[in-house]
Amino acid sequence: MTAADIETTLVGRPDLERPSSPRAGVARRRAGSTALHVGLVVAGIAMVFPFAWMLITSFKTLPQLLQDPRSFWPAPWTIDNYVEAWNAVPFGQAYLNSIYICVLAVAGTLLTASMAGYAFARIRFRGSRVIFIVFLATQMIPKQVTLIPFYLLMAQFGWVDSHLSLIVPAMLVNPFAVFLMRQFVLSLPKELEEAALVDGAGRWRTFWSIILPNLKPGLGALSIIVALDVWNSFLFPLVLLNSPDLFTVPLLLSSFRGQFGSINYGLVMAASALATIPMLIAFVIGQRRILNSMAASGLGGR
Amino acid sequence: MTVITGDATATPVASVAPPAPSAPGGLRRESAWRRRDRRWGYVFIGPQVIGMALFVLLPFVASLVLAFASWDGLTELTWVGFENFTAQMQDELLLRSIGNTLLIALITVPIGLGLAVVIAVALEKLKTRTLYLILFFAPVVTSTVAVAMIWQQMFRVDGVLSETIAKVFGIAPPDWLGDPSLALLAVCIVSIWSSLGLNVIIFLAGLQNISPSVIEAARIDGAGAWRLFRSIRMPLLSPIIFFSSIVAFISSLQTFDTVFVLTADAGPDNATRTIVYHIYDLGFGRFEFGPASAASVILLVLTLVITAIQFGAQKKFVHYEDDAA
Repeated sequence: MTAADIETTLVGRPDLERPSSPRAGVARRRAGSTALHVGLVVAGIAMVFPFAWMLITSFKTLPQLLQDPRSFWPAPWTIDNYVEAWNAVPFGQAYLNSIYICVLAVAGTLLTASMAGYAFARIRFRGSRVIFIVFLATQMIPKQVTLIPFYLLMAQFGWVDSHLSLIVPAMLVNPFAVFLMRQFVLSLPKELEEAALVDGAGRWRTFWSIILPNLKPGLGALSIIVALDVWNSFLFPLVLLNSPDLFTVPLLLSSFRGQFGSINYGLVMAASALATIPMLIAFVIGQRRILNSMAASGLGGR
Repeated sequence: MTVITGDATATPVASVAPPAPSAPGGLRRESAWRRRDRRWGYVFIGPQVIGMALFVLLPFVASLVLAFASWDGLTELTWVGFENFTAQMQDELLLRSIGNTLLIALITVPIGLGLAVVIAVALEKLKTRTLYLILFFAPVVTSTVAVAMIWQQMFRVDGVLSETIAKVFGIAPPDWLGDPSLALLAVCIVSIWSSLGLNVIIFLAGLQNISPSVIEAARIDGAGAWRLFRSIRMPLLSPIIFFSSIVAFISSLQTFDTVFVLTADAGPDNATRTIVYHIYDLGFGRFEFGPASAASVILLVLTLVITAIQFGAQKKFVHYEDDAA
């Protein structure tokens, strides 16, 4: 039942290899397995504790925080912080903003990146190699390098303090997504589309009704990656948006800290919880797909 | 030129000859289809190419141009040559930002990746690891702003972490965010904590891709746990670790959110000022677009140089299976 047991049932060899002192071997492996479990439990606690502390603190009253900052549990428990945080700033609006920006950015990226990925993988045209290399190379340019000219460009378009500055560029350019979709298309069998092309279906029909349906797993993975990226982005919204009504969730949270300072940190933790708990619940529900997608993207679509 | 080089003389001859010894029969129809198909290629890449040109390449070139100008966005733009760069390179704040950024990268990348390897190897031995995966990955799906705010409470002088350290080691509770020598360390801790999960699942996926027969063969040859790790798992995992280290290095050179929120406004005495914070401060705090662009170019060069160094070092440490041959 423990990890050590699984190992021996799976492989079942080590003891034969060391006939000199089988008992010492078993004991050492037991000790190793205990150390492994203890280490993982400690690491697990280190991961979860900050979230737990956020929740515990969020239920404390201001008098308790001021008079007895060292106490662990709330006494008394209160949900006033949540009520106050929700009413103080437009949390509901920020969630709506973040959700619709995310949905549009993801939908746009899926379409444009899979189109480009398909073309780079399967259509022969002049310059395709060079253009693809440019796409790969621009991944080396940190986004922050273009922050200032990008802002000036958005000002030219009249898109400063508008969601367009976050949505349209996200829909139209994502070199990593193009690369990933190209990899996914390359992994499809060529015969799949050849039959359709020979039958006289045009490129667009072939793409739309043959390629796209077969790309579903890849599209799912890509939408998770893009959604996380857009949802959590901070620097660009910080620079581009001014009106609190337009703020995304991270931006609203950051402005909340600015407004309410560090005195009533029960209130600040309640706001943090309002910003994080829905995301964490969504993650736990979809954890299997999310983890697989992120692993796939980290392996470069291999 | 054409006369001198031997290769070039061959080209005109080739171009005189018909295109290629191609298929018989419907050659013309085939090529008409090809021509139309080529156009479809451009249509399909069109949206991304337009986006690339407009939102990446244009701002990128503008950044290079602005780096040589003096402009606040309102008055007339004037050319100043290399002045922004010379001024920036003498600016104590920029030098400090570069130093801090490099220090953050040099601390977080090796420790973060090292921990992730150890945890991934440990997790691979477990039968049920879903709970652990959720715990390690939770910070990755949490916005960096929220992460920074949570840790701001963790790091309070009268907070739970400082109190515990004070009790265990019998010292005064450390003032993580107020003490210039600790603030940068606090940023590193948060950044390792929040990115650990991503590398753990990537390495875990890599470990699971190693064929069990390789492990078993080594075990039959008498390899112990350490030997298996050092001689089998690490070499087979090394290309993935290399890829992750490039991504991790690049992203830690871009540290901003954490220092902006955790150590409000770059910490005590600019102790946690990073390059991106510097760019933000120059550009949107003081509207000095020229110097801010010069700092951006410096960030780009730094990124390229460090990535090149990593690619240079990979030959020594990274093991590639000979499936390419």
